[in-house]
Amino acid sequence: MEEALFFVAAIGALGGAIGVVAMRNPFYSVLALIVHLFSLAVLFLLLSAAFVAAAQVVVYAGAVMVLYVFVVAYVGGGEESAWDSIPGQRFLAPLLGLAVFIELAIAVLSSSLIALGTDGPEVGAGFGDPAAIGKLLLEKFLLPFEASSILLLLAAVGAIVLAGRRESA
Amino acid sequence: MSIEWYVVLSSLLFAVGAMGILLRRSPVVILLCLELMLNASNLALVAFSRMVGNQQGQVFAVVVMVVAACEVVVGLGLIVAIFRRKLPLDVDELRELRG
Repeated sequence: MEEALFFVAAIGALGGAIGVVAMRNPFYSVLALIVHLFSLAVLFLLLSAAFVAAAQVVVYAGAVMVLYVFVVAYVGGGEESAWDSIPGQRFLAPLLGLAVFIELAIAVLSSSLIALGTDGPEVGAGFGDPAAIGKLLLEKFLLPFEASSILLLLAAVGAIVLAGRRESA
Repeated sequence: MSIEWYVVLSSLLFAVGAMGILLRRSPVVILLCLELMLNASNLALVAFSRMVGNQQGQVFAVVVMVVAACEVVVGLGLIVAIFRRKLPLDVDELRELRG
């Protein structure tokens, strides 16, 4: 059951990722990313990370993707020109992507982490649920938590400054 | 499923995202490919946190999510600003800052 679910979610995540890269229209790319994000949430659930999965669906697939859809609708989903600005770009980019994957695969396979081949240790039912993550965030990781709230505030102010309507321009 | 599968899947997703950034020229799609790479790293973080049996990796993943949300907000603000000035939405045309 778990294997079947993993492969379905993995195919969804990979298909969504390839769809983002391959679609000519940015609007379809955004829709493919939504498929990718939902499949990733299923994978997080399989890894018993319930809170991260919920945050993925609510924050990413909910809020961030709505922002993307609005901006693509505002800017207009223009198709990109077909010509390569760097000669052979269409050919070189997949080759470099493959090189990155091979490098990462070598790093994984040659690592001396013995636990990598196992399912991980037995964990209780409370592993990764909102209560446990919240306790960690507000006790051990209080400073990063507050720092990320300042970062969010700065990003919101920055976006208003960047995209705000100017009278003179 | 052994943790290895998740880590290999995450490296595959990262490679696809990197390929997209090299291949595409629309800034919106480049931002989407950045999201792919950040999500791949999130998957690796959560997989390793499951491997160790420790929840701290999941807190890392949540913080990465916050940073990704900030990056999206600023990036999309830039794209809207570029569009308002009637500049072309193509990273090869926008080369004014190039040295």
